[in-house]
Formats: sequence, C-alpha cells, structure tokens
Amino acid sequence: MSLKTEDVKNIAHLARLAISENAVNDYARDLSNILHLVEQMNQVNTDDVQPMAHPMDAQQRLRDDVATEPNQREKFQSIAPDVENGLYRVPKVIE
Amino acid sequence: MNKTIKELQTGLAQGKFSSVEITSDYLTRIKQLNPDLNAFITVTEDQALLQAKAADQLIADGKTSALTGIPLAHKDIFCTDGVVTSCGSRMLENFKAPYNANVIDKFEAENAVMLGKTNMDEFAMGSSNESSFYGPVKNPWALNSVPGGSSGGSAAAVAAGLTPAATGTDTGGSIRQPAAFCGITGLKPTYGRVSRYGMIAYASSLDQGGPMAHTAEDCAIMLQSMAGFDSRDSTSMEKPVDNYSASLNNDIAGLKIGLPKEYFAEGLNSDVAKCVDEAIQQYQKMGAEVKEVSLPNSKIAIPAYYVVAMAECSSNLSRFDGVRFGHRCEDPKDLEDLYKRSRSEGFGEEVKRRIMIGAYTLSAGYYDAFYLKAQKLRRLISQDFASAFEQVDIIAGPTTPEVAWKTGDKSADPVSMYLQDIYTISVNLAGLPGMSIPAGFVGGKPVGLQLIGNYFDESRLLNAAHQFQQNTDWHSQSPEVK
Repeated sequence: MSLKTEDVKNIAHLARLAISENAVNDYARDLSNILHLVEQMNQVNTDDVQPMAHPMDAQQRLRDDVATEPNQREKFQSIAPDVENGLYRVPKVIE
Repeated sequence: MNKTIKELQTGLAQGKFSSVEITSDYLTRIKQLNPDLNAFITVTEDQALLQAKAADQLIADGKTSALTGIPLAHKDIFCTDGVVTSCGSRMLENFKAPYNANVIDKFEAENAVMLGKTNMDEFAMGSSNESSFYGPVKNPWALNSVPGGSSGGSAAAVAAGLTPAATGTDTGGSIRQPAAFCGITGLKPTYGRVSRYGMIAYASSLDQGGPMAHTAEDCAIMLQSMAGFDSRDSTSMEKPVDNYSASLNNDIAGLKIGLPKEYFAEGLNSDVAKCVDEAIQQYQKMGAEVKEVSLPNSKIAIPAYYVVAMAECSSNLSRFDGVRFGHRCEDPKDLEDLYKRSRSEGFGEEVKRRIMIGAYTLSAGYYDAFYLKAQKLRRLISQDFASAFEQVDIIAGPTTPEVAWKTGDKSADPVSMYLQDIYTISVNLAGLPGMSIPAGFVGGKPVGLQLIGNYFDESRLLNAAHQFQQNTDWHSQSPEVK
C-alpha cells in the first residue's frame, strides 16, 4: 500500500496538520514504508478472534453523575495562549 | 555517586547525612554533567532544597515514610503542579501543569524530593531519545551513542549518578529498553497497576508508568509508592498491592523460567545472545529450571503494536489545538489555520508521522482493516503468553536485539527503529509486567536481560531480579563520566 501525494495532503487535513509542499514527498515515502510494515498483519488469519481492547478485558467503571472537580478557571486560563474576560479567544468562526 | 535508595534510606535514618546534603550533592552533579548528557529538561533546584529541608525536619521528628528525603527525578511526561511539563515537545514548552499526576502526589505524600524533570522522546514516541525538542540525550557509557527511549533521560540520569532513581513510562518498551542501554534496572508494571492520571497520554491502552533504578530492591521500594487503585484513572485496577520488598529474598530454587524460542532467533546479535545465555546459566546455578516455550505470534507484534499505538496517539493528541494550552501560532487567519499551524509548529516529525498514520487507519472505511485487525492480533499475542504461563513462572530473554546504537544511525529510517522494539512490545500488547536488568557488556555497552511475569506478578519478577543481583555485579558498575 503506497500513498500518493494527494493522499498525504488529505490525511494531513484530517489530522489538522499543515504540511509544506516540499515535505509532501518525504511524508509519502515514510508513511508508505510504515504501511508496508503494517501490511504484515495480514499474514495471520484472525477469523473468529475476539478483538482485545483492554489487557484484562475490564469494563469501563461507572460513577455517580455528580460534580467532583472544583472550579479552577483562573488557574487553567493562566496557561492559555489567549483569554479575555474569562473566555478563550479564537479567530471569528461565524460571519 | 551511585548510591541506591536503600543505602540513602539507611544513611538518613542513621543520621550519617541529611536530605539537604544529598540533595545538594545530586544538584551539583547535575550542574556538572547535565550540559554533556542532556538528561534533564528542567532542574527544580529551589523546590528540591525546600522539600529536602522539610524532609530533614520530619526525619528529626521521627515522622518518616519510605521515601522521605530521597531525591528522585521524574520523566517530563508526569504533570507537576506549577512546574513546566514539556513531554519533550515544543508544543508544551511553556506548559506549567495545573495539577499533579497521581504518581507525583504519592511521592509528595511521602516527602520524597524532586530534583527535576528528565528528557524524553517527544510525547514518548521513539526508541532513542533523538525525537526530543530539547535535543538528544547521550548514553553515559558511550557519549556517541543513544541512551534508548523514550525514557532515555531518566535512564541516563540514573546511570550517571545524577539521581538515585527516576520514574519512566513504557508504552512499547520505553522503560525496559533505555534501562538495558544504560545498564540500570527498570520495571514496567502490569497495565492498570500504576495510575495514568496526569501522565500525558500517548497510547492509552498500552501506557504504564514504572520505576527505573540501580537495583531491583530499589524498584520494589519505588513501585510500593507508585502502585495502587486510583478512581481518576478509568483503567486503574482495583486490586490490593503486594508488599514488594517482603518477597525479595525468597529462594528461587525450582523457579520455572521459560525461554521463548522466537526471542533467540535470527536478528539477535550473537554477543548479546551470549550475555543472555550466561545470565540464564546463572539462574540455573541458583536452582531455577529452564524450559523452552513458544510465542508464535511474536513476529506480527510490531505491526499490531504500531497500528494500536498510532491510532490511539492520533486520537489523544487531537487535544493539542492551540486554544486552551500549549503552543499557538502567530496571527491565525481563521480557526482551521489556527489548528493546523499551531499543531505543525508544535509537533516534531516523528509525532506528525504517527498522528497521520493513526488518522489514516481510523478514517472511514479503514477501521476494520487496521485497528480492529490489530486488536484481534493483540488477543492472539496475549493467548500465546497465557499458554506459556501454564508451563512456567516467568519468561526470560534479551531486552533488545543489540546494544545502544550510535546517535543518528537509525533516525533517518523510522521503520528500522521500530524493528528494534521486537522483544518489548508484545508485553505491552498483552498488558503484562516486564523488567530489564543488567546482564553484561558488549564493546563497553550494557546488555539487558528481560524478565516477563504473569499479570500482577511483580513480586515474583522483583524477587527473581533481586536474587540475580545478589549473585552478579553487573548492576553495580558505573560509567566513567566526569
């Protein structure tokens, strides 16, 4: 499975990464090499094998739906790149 | 300066030295050697001395816990309240974590001292510590070689005597492989044994924190503090914690050790194989019984691992969007530009490759062929281990196919580096505990013996490792760094 430059651009968009035009070929080569490695998975038949999501097949623990975290808005916003009046600022989304 | 935690505990208890004295000694050594080794990203000198002073008061008052006054270093993946937690990335260059990881809370509760935060591969993605935004770490045994990764800063710091012990994390070998390359002892616990709360996520179904130290005895002391159920980690296991130090001196006569034939096949360096064989013979001298076992699906562990890890990394790292914390690009023209440029500037090449493969394998129409297929292989790999553990108590083999390679040798070809993880990643896929202990040298570079245990059988692993270290001196050798 080899990726073309168009595939790489599409994947980069899905992953919200800006890839410069002159790096696209290197990514196509490296990502294709990784996918060739991954193809080895098909050497093993896995019909009727149950997928394993957790090593001990543990179930997600549930808890009561109550607030447990204290409000730490100021502390959290002190490490934000851009805040105003307690809100996170981003470029305009709706015209 | 290669004192063990055990020796420091004794010295502090007997008043031979104070925590302030030993903390100062380690800080001095860090100042001398870190410019060459690059093992630390952040040194928390002022905080360390305050913690040491408080610890000395507690010692004087007789109110001590196991790690009171003991200096430790933490991989820069563990969130530390108010201290930069970079995860080896430009993305988090200025990220002062707003809370402590569970593991850090536990060490603070025992009044351990934090010397600083250690270097690592960016977001723990790498086997050589070359992907760190803060520059590569050097191996104290051979400065032109890699220390292993991703917990390479922790391993190099312990080996060079910059700290008596350190924390690491292991997603595919990131504690055991650098422990092997730097000649120290490292333990990856059973998945769910140590809380992942506040440990920056790479691949959530594989990540596990653990201790890195000179000896198995020290790993037992550290794991005692780190292990235990935590309601804030949804995959933490509700299981009582063993007393790890209590069983260290158990007799291992009759211990059944399995040697997976796949781990001694083509690809293993013959000099490394010789060291491992000699270590196995040492176990036989100590009364252990050795038996060949088979882990037939080992060969597809690498592709299965990288699919699971990259898919989960792509999902986990989507949180870095330049909005709430982390790097943000200059003058974004719209929201998409903000996301894309912040992420591209903040992440390094290997991280971007893994995110992209992950995004690809999780995209519409591909889930069954990649992630689901890998999860099925994961089941087969786990069943291989279950069959082996019906016949033996622990499994032994090499930690790595070769000793530390030269910096730069494998960084141009990602796949050649992935193949080096062959003996460690199956353990993560199965969720089992594994250790690496020093077992000799090849060309002046350390060799690691890997020991793999059954679920929650850390006590038996530590016992087997400690008994080996009572009869060998590989673990007490130190590199000459000046």
